[in-house]
Amino acid sequence: MAQAQEFEKVLSSSDTSVAAFDEHKSAVKRIQHFLHSTPAAVPLIVLVLAIIVFGITIGGRFFSSYTLTLILQQIAIIGILGAAQTLVILTAGIDLSIGVIMVISAVIMGNCAVSYGMPSVLAVAIGLAAGAACGLLNGVLVAYMKLPPFIVTLGTWNIVMATNFIYSANETIRDTDVDTQAPLLHLFALSFKVGTAVLTLGVIATVVLVLILWYVLNHTAWGRHVYAVGDDQEAAKLSGIQTKKVLMTVYTLAGLIAAFAAWVSIGRNGSISPSAAVTDYNLQAITATVIGGISLFGGRGSILGTLFGAMIVGVVSMGLNMLGADPQWKVLLTGVLIIGAVAVDQWIRKVSA
Amino acid sequence: MDQKGFGMTMTQEPILTARGLVKRYGRVTALDNADFDLYPGEILAVIGDNGAGKSSLIKAISGAAVPDEGEIRLEGKPVAFKSPMEAREAGIETVYQNLALSPALSIADNMFLGREIRKPGFLGDWLRMLDRPAMEKRARDKLTELGLMTIQNISQAVETLSGGQRQGVAVARAAAFGSRVVIMDEPTAALGVKESRRVLELILDVKKRGLPIVLISHNMPHVFEVADRIHIHRLGRRLCVIDPKQYTMSDAVAFMTGAKVPPEAALAA
Repeated sequence: MAQAQEFEKVLSSSDTSVAAFDEHKSAVKRIQHFLHSTPAAVPLIVLVLAIIVFGITIGGRFFSSYTLTLILQQIAIIGILGAAQTLVILTAGIDLSIGVIMVISAVIMGNCAVSYGMPSVLAVAIGLAAGAACGLLNGVLVAYMKLPPFIVTLGTWNIVMATNFIYSANETIRDTDVDTQAPLLHLFALSFKVGTAVLTLGVIATVVLVLILWYVLNHTAWGRHVYAVGDDQEAAKLSGIQTKKVLMTVYTLAGLIAAFAAWVSIGRNGSISPSAAVTDYNLQAITATVIGGISLFGGRGSILGTLFGAMIVGVVSMGLNMLGADPQWKVLLTGVLIIGAVAVDQWIRKVSA
Repeated sequence: MDQKGFGMTMTQEPILTARGLVKRYGRVTALDNADFDLYPGEILAVIGDNGAGKSSLIKAISGAAVPDEGEIRLEGKPVAFKSPMEAREAGIETVYQNLALSPALSIADNMFLGREIRKPGFLGDWLRMLDRPAMEKRARDKLTELGLMTIQNISQAVETLSGGQRQGVAVARAAAFGSRVVIMDEPTAALGVKESRRVLELILDVKKRGLPIVLISHNMPHVFEVADRIHIHRLGRRLCVIDPKQYTMSDAVAFMTGAKVPPEAALAA
């Protein structure tokens, strides 16, 4: 072993357990540690609390399986967009364009199938490809041109929105036309009744998609690389991760998932309206992601949290609705939840051994 | 080691050599005809004033930067690394000053970052599933070998570790995968006295396994304690190589700053 130097002589008598852990943690510290290793716990707890609170104040009407599954139907689209947003935010980026990517993909699917009379399968494929192409554009600009994600997606948000209105001439494709000419586009509206519970294929698709992404993020090398890139891009690069490739695939996948959300949204809305582009889908998706405990600084959080985050917003909005409250209360409460979620994230980040 | 011993290492073939490396950044010449030799089984310290070009030299041999001119040979064969990944594949592992660890990922995930092990068969080939048990086992084995298994939980996040423990994880990663050369950039710079001691022991442990080490450090006592030879870098090139047994720390600092001119014998090295 190395010969100790003069000033280090006293070390031999000092505590040698350099790398040992102090196991006597206070209860608060232990909670902090638990939340640190289980990032989806906070949104899950908040979700359960919200359901209990509204259940008590509203009563059985709220607790009915009909109401609860209706909430799931309402949050399906935001859940899917939130999943896409989660991927991007995990890399310490942000995607302001996924909402309009969804709308333009829906318009393209509808136009291909209804106006151009293409086979529905081909129309869906073209729509998905269009979404992925928009995502790829974001990815190239962020990864290779090294432009800030906020600026890139702010730009593509406007570009895609304008393209959407110019291309579609803001003409809505009617529900009945879709139904008669391309029923495949309404696939995700298919519903199953289990007692009073109503599950649509869209709801099931949302949950399955989130579970698949959870698997990919936690149990594949690519998933670990997404976290590593968001955590510390320079370190990831020095570890031999091809950070540019990871960023590009993340944005492309986010675009593809947004296009998938488009397909689900056609099922939910029936008709296809280009003017949906003015809806703040992207902000709602970011809200679900942040409330779900995904850190805006990247590298932290579980995608399951995003689903819980979307459900929290759904439960709060349904609960307040049933209580007959002014809809602005929902907006106000969402704001409180966002700030609360970020505060909790900052606190968890300060975890130490 | 006496002078004869010092000379004996020189009769072996160097494992890693560089000749005439030049690297310019705009109008700044960071490397100006720099040479470099690393012999098997030795700890070679690289010292030099700030701006002398140490980092550029290390970047060139670790693949983090591509030199404009010059030649690098690994075991006699010319190599041209275009990325740290290529250097790693050739068996040169680097422990960066910032450690290049992902704070939120676990110890095991960090050790295998960029070279994960996948499960055999359908799960790995088709579902791309990581073989966590295998990675955790190898990570635990490696940390135990290096006497670092006081780290209890291999799946805990790196950010919950102390500075010395993080350094340990980074060194263990390099030792686990480095088959030819381990480069360590300022491994004790951010550490306290006690943790530095532990890291110096780690360095000697790695040397015992037969891996040659390039140690970049500003800490003269540490350099003189563990190094077999000291490469002094000045004004973008190798000024001399000295034996720490024959020169004092103040000599080394004087050579480094140009206050003193090294004798002919050292210059020839």
